[in-house]
Order: sequence, then C-alpha cells, then structure tokens
Amino acid sequence: MELLVNGQKHQVDAPADMPLLWVLRDLIGLTGTKFGCGMAQCGACTVHLEGQPIRSCVTPASAVAGKAITTIEGLSKDGTHPVQLAWQEVDVVQCGYCQSGQVMAAAALIKNNPAPSDADIDTAMSGNLCRCGTYQRIRTAVHRAAALAKESGHVA
Amino acid sequence: MWRDRDLAAPSRRAFLKTGGALVIACFVPFAIRRALAEDTPAAAKKPVSPNAFIRIAPDESVTILLKHSEMGQGVWTSIPMVVAEELGCDWSRVRVEHAPAAPEYAHTAFGMQMTGGSTSTWESFDQLRTAGAMAREMLVAAGAKKLGAAPGDCRAENGYVMHGERKLSYGSLAAAAAKLPAPAEVKLKDASAWTLIGKPTRRLDSKAKVTGTAEYGIDVKRPDMVVAVVARSPVFGGKVQRFDATKAKAVPGVIDAVEIPSGVAVVGRHFWAAKQGRAALVAEWDDGAGKSLSTAGMREDYRKLAATPGKTAKSAGDVDAALKGAPGAIEAEYEVPFLAHAPMEPLNCTVSIGKDGCDVWTGTQFQGVDQRVVSEMLGIKPEQVRIHTTFLGGGFGRRATPNSDFVSEAVAVAKATGKTVKVVWTREDDIRGGYYRPMWLSRLRAALGEDGKPVAWSHTIVGQSILAGTPFEAAMVKDGLDGTSIEGAADSPYLAAIPAHRVDLHSPQSPVTVLWWRSVGHSHTAFVVESFIDELAAAAKQDPLEYRRALLPKDSRERRALDLAAEKFGWGKPLPKGHAAGLAVHESFGSFVAQVAEVSIEDNKPRVHRVVCAIDCGPVVNPLTVEAQMQSGIVFGLSAALHGEITLKDGRTEQSNFHDYPALRLAEMPNIEVHIVPSTDKMGGCGEPGTPPIAPAVANAVFAATGKRLRQLPLRLA
Repeated sequence: MELLVNGQKHQVDAPADMPLLWVLRDLIGLTGTKFGCGMAQCGACTVHLEGQPIRSCVTPASAVAGKAITTIEGLSKDGTHPVQLAWQEVDVVQCGYCQSGQVMAAAALIKNNPAPSDADIDTAMSGNLCRCGTYQRIRTAVHRAAALAKESGHVA
Repeated sequence: MWRDRDLAAPSRRAFLKTGGALVIACFVPFAIRRALAEDTPAAAKKPVSPNAFIRIAPDESVTILLKHSEMGQGVWTSIPMVVAEELGCDWSRVRVEHAPAAPEYAHTAFGMQMTGGSTSTWESFDQLRTAGAMAREMLVAAGAKKLGAAPGDCRAENGYVMHGERKLSYGSLAAAAAKLPAPAEVKLKDASAWTLIGKPTRRLDSKAKVTGTAEYGIDVKRPDMVVAVVARSPVFGGKVQRFDATKAKAVPGVIDAVEIPSGVAVVGRHFWAAKQGRAALVAEWDDGAGKSLSTAGMREDYRKLAATPGKTAKSAGDVDAALKGAPGAIEAEYEVPFLAHAPMEPLNCTVSIGKDGCDVWTGTQFQGVDQRVVSEMLGIKPEQVRIHTTFLGGGFGRRATPNSDFVSEAVAVAKATGKTVKVVWTREDDIRGGYYRPMWLSRLRAALGEDGKPVAWSHTIVGQSILAGTPFEAAMVKDGLDGTSIEGAADSPYLAAIPAHRVDLHSPQSPVTVLWWRSVGHSHTAFVVESFIDELAAAAKQDPLEYRRALLPKDSRERRALDLAAEKFGWGKPLPKGHAAGLAVHESFGSFVAQVAEVSIEDNKPRVHRVVCAIDCGPVVNPLTVEAQMQSGIVFGLSAALHGEITLKDGRTEQSNFHDYPALRLAEMPNIEVHIVPSTDKMGGCGEPGTPPIAPAVANAVFAATGKRLRQLPLRLA
C-alpha cells in the first residue's frame, strides 16, 4: 500500500490489519509517534489524519492509504510550531514519552478552536495520559500556544 | 527508594564492592586523557575530557556525561547545572549525554551506578561541583601558560580564561588542559556566589521531546534487528509446560519462537508480527501454587496476622498496659492495594551479543546491577557488557529491578535466537507482569490523654518485603526487618511525643513479585499515619493543623513545611459551599513536604480542586524542577488515591490496561501551588517526596466534607 506521511509517499508491505502506528514506527522508521496502550486509551500514538487527531494504534494502515498523515516529525520543520514553542517556553515535558501525542492533540485543538477555554482544553486533552503529571503546565502551554499562533498568524 | 542516609555506611558500600570516596570516583584522568590528548592535528579536533563527566570540544560545546538516568525528573538539566556552576562554561553551549556504564559513574552512597531513591542531586552535588572546579582549574592553568600570566591572575568566565581583557576560549584550551595534572584540591564556590544553582532554568531536553527526536529504548534501531514479544505465565510463579508454535510461525513476519526462562518468546520482523504471533501461540502452563492466590484471600490472611504483634521495629514504654488502662481506645485498620507503575513507555530492551561482549540498549535505572547480571549470565566481564542508556519513558522504580528482569529476559532471547533482538512489552504485559507496589494492611490502636494528645500508639504493619530474596537483602534487611516496609511509620516524628508506642512488622511471602514504587514504603505509611493522626485529632475534637503542630517539635522541618502550606492555603478560612480541606505532612528521602487539599464530593466521588504544597528540601538547584516534581509526585499519588488498584483472582491479575487500571487525566487535575521553604538544611530529594502526603490529605478532606473516614485506597465513598 502507499501511505502519504508528512508530504512524502511511502510504499509499504504490511498486513491489512497492521495498525498505522507500527507501520510508521517499524516499517517507515518514524519513531516519534509512541506506543502506550494499543487500545486508544492513552493518546501517545496521536497523529493527524487530514488535519484531525486520530489514534494510530487502532487505525489499520490500510484504512488510511493515500490520505494525508502528519506525525510529530512533520508538524514543523524545526520545532517551531506554536505548540512546540509554547511547550518549550512553559517547560512542560518530563519523561516526554507522551508528549508527541500531547503536542499533536494540542495542535489539532488550537487549529479547530483558536482560543480554547480551560474546559475546552480539559475536553480535548483528557484522552492523552501523562504519568509524570505534566497536566498543569499543559493547560498553561495550550493557552500560550493559542496566543503565539494568533500573534504570529500561524496557519496550521 | 531506600533510606538514603543509612546506605552511606561503609559496610553497605563494601557489599557493593565498588564505591569509594568522592575524589576517586571523580576521575579517570589517565586513560581517557592520554587517549584524547595526543598532540596531533587530528586529535586537536577531537573533544577532550578533563575528567569522566566533562568533554570540551574545539567548537566550544561542553558535553556533560550524565551518570544518572533521565526519566522525567529533570537530571538532564539540574545535574549539568551543578557541573557548570563550577566549570564556569557558557550554559548555552552545554550538551548532555547519558554516560556509559562504568565504575567511575557509581553512586557515591550506594556504590553502584543507578538512579533512584530521590538521591541524584545530593549524592553528586559535591562530586560534580568538584569535577567542574577541577576542570576549570586545569583550563585556567593552560590558559595562563599560553597568556604568559600567573594562574592566580587569571579567572574563568562564561567559557573563557581571562587575564585582564585578554581571553582564550575553553574550546581552544581543552587539549592543553587535559595534559596538565589534575589539581589535588580545589576550592568550591561559596553558596552566595552561585549564579546557576538556585536559578529557575528551563530543561535541556525539551526540544528533542516536542519534536519526536528524543530516543527512548523502544525507538532503538540496530542493523538486522528483530522484535520479540514474550508469552509469560498468566499465574504468578507458573512455568511453561509445553508449547506449539506452528500457528504462531504461520503469522506473516514471524521468524521464530523460543523457550526462555520466563516463557516463550515469539520473534518477528516487527512488533506487530511478533504480537500477532504470540496471540496464535498455543502454550500450556504449569500454574504451580500461585493458582489459588487472590487478593481477597490475602486480605483475610493479613487481617489474622495483624491481630498478633509482628517483629518489633520501634518501641517505648508499655503500650499494652497504656491501651488497656485508657478509656475509649481508638482502633482502625487501613489497607492499600497492589499497584503497577505503568510508565508511559512500556518496558523494552534491545540486546546484541557479539564476540567481544554484549551491547544493551535500554532505559534503565540500574546500570550497575544490569551490567553485573548480564555479565554473570554470559560468563563475561562486567566491562564487556556495554549499556547504552536511552531516555526513559518513565521509571517510578519499575526500571530498577534487583534481578534486572526485563534486561536479563532480553539477553535470554538474544542468546536463544543468536540475533540482535528488541523485546517489547505490551501494556497488558506491564499491568499483569507483577513487580508491584506491595499490598499493605495496617492495624492501629491509640489512647488519648486528658489533653487529647496520644499517650499510646500501636501500629502493626503487614505486607511483603521488597528486598527479601534479592541481592540487597543481606545488606538492607536488619534483624528480619525490611526498612522499606516500615519507613515513615517506625520513624514517624509523632512517636517522640507519645510515651508508649510500638511499631511492628509481619512480612508474609507470596509468589507475587513486588518492587519499589515511587516513594516505596512511604506510599503506604504516610497514608496510614497521617490519616490516623487525623482520626485522633477528630476524637480529641481539635483542629487537625493545631493537633499536629502540638505534637511536632517547634523547630522541626515538618513544622516549617506545614506552617507554610497552611498559611498559603489559608487554613481555617471559609471555602466555597460543599468544599472542605484536609492536610498531611511527611518526610521522605530527606525532604519534608506538607500538602493541603481542597475537595468536594461529586457523583459520590472525591473531586480535588486545589492542592497547596510546601517543601523543605534544603538548598535548591533548579526551582523549576522542584515545582515540576511536586506536581508530578502529587499526580502520581492522586492517580493511586483515586483510581489505582491491582487485584488478583485465581492467581491472575484482573486488570490489563488503562481502561481498568486508570490513571489521572487532565480533566481531573487540581490546581497545584508549590511553595519552597527557604532552607540551608541538609539537601534532600525531590522525585518521590511529593507523592506520600497527597492520599492522606485528600482522605482527610473527604472526612472533613462528609464525616466519613476512608481507610482504604483507592478512596471510595460507596
């Protein structure tokens, strides 16, 4: 099948039921997207499918062949997406393992809702677990990312 | 993880056979320096190591070799700050790498390379400031020579050696400096002269972690690497009896299935193939004695044990007489469940065995142990086991096993297959895989005097020893007492104010593997002691804050933390309707933490709105780290207090993934305020001490809100 990941086409030989997560990680070699639960419970595997967040661990790669997939590696060229900048400024990360998913979820949130309230953030981000407990700084950083996106006129 | 100060005793160091004094651990001057300081043009471009912790390159980058494992706790930033403070380099040029496994990177108190016990900052604070200062002195000496000045007339500043207005960069001096003798002694800066230590400093690993480029063990790629998933006994203590891999091998991408001591490893071209292959594997297990095990049954056994006194850990006066003679003795039973650590990154380990040794790529907290275990497995020298530490996607104690379980298993698979292999655990493997925080049951009895203060206190603890049966037992279990079972209870600061007291311990055995879980024994003792003290305050009809203050010594660090938290919270001031406050204070790992929780009841469940936390951890290296670790410890403890429970039936763990072993989510996140007590007292840790007080603070708030005393975790009102 052919996958379109971060604007690049990849020919992959994978069983039809193989989740997108493992095609990205083990066949294409993009390991920024993480495995946490394998059943859409933790959000570590979040990627964008045509701009909207999906859980790649339960999405068969065959179901998204040819559609535009964006992973953490493709979110920005050099870590300058407003969410990535805000995350660094607010010093969000700890172990960092869930943060690819958190960043992808937050990027989709501020794209869909340029000025999210705390309640909007709680709703949009509660599918993303963080065992280190970075939630408070995530809340702060989402607001900051929204402000940065507005200031810079960032188009996602 | 361990009672830190005890371990600095020479006998324990001797047990671990490496150890040694600060300055010795500080240097590998000869071999590395000679290798790198060859005076050739090629060598001149190479980075130079004045010592084992610092490498300076001609491009002015300064690489700190981090002997600790970065698992979220922030050592990737705070430890280099300690080095850089004395080195005097340009902070913006600092890079960090995990150090290899080698004796010079041993923990100064434990004598082996490891990260745990909330010790990293204090155990290396003098060692690494000294390493930085020695390198600086060598650079100054080299610079002075080139500038034709006396070293005493030169100074180090922001990556330069300065003589008046003339200056030479560290990068240009490193090769010459490395050829100089290391100074025998260096003078460390006075605390008042610190410019980096104490300054809020952002993390150095942020960018890699928000761009997906940070490498965790699970991301490791090696040439011709295969991936294995292991079928392990569903019952604790069980063994594989026979297996049929025909169907497993028919799964596309599956290469092999091999028996190893822990089960059957199914090996595939990639994870998905191995996992599907394992699902198709037909295996029969010999369950052994573990098959009748249940947590319900264990609870009954523990209850019976708790009715009899265990091994005495601490005692004063005649407790039984005092309890008998007092009217209205108060009695309570507390219980906490088994808990899985559930780090976000499932366990994994990549191994390649070659002719000259073995390479291990993994996120481990226990390089020293892993190196020894693997060398014994393969019959090679420890230094032939090359451990490549990656970032850890969470540790919480799970990546520090005395038997190197997930590392030795991967070595077994590599040995059996003859391939470079990455073993990956699924989340189900993790939740069901044991190495749990033990289940604990406590029976408490107390009697109050006329002033309401306790005059007798009896605490019987029942639960599995973490250290029994491990190589640490001989050194760390004294007179049958595992210190990690009773920490926070036998040394409770309240006991000194109670004339008759006794703390005793039963350590029953079971096939369930148990391990340190962030804050270890304190994860149950703080809940029990701080809840029971609250019960006594209520029985005495006294304010919980004033009751504690009256029992704690006036100048104690507990009192300072408690007073600051209470003041910042506004203890005693009116709260919104339906809200109530509870508090707790607890020392662990050398730090003193008080927390006040504001709680209401929603849908018959506790909802935590706000937590005010005060910590006295002595001198602070990075306030941003302390704040993050308090938030982190509170969330970890709150996950357990509100949700965490592993139960067993028929020898099998009943939970399997985050749907039935939930962790705190963002929508449940309270607003946490962290306040640091200004302190020049002895430095403590930060990784774990935030966890113990939150469960009792919330339970005490639930009592204040409802009048119901919840004595079991997770907290359930119905």
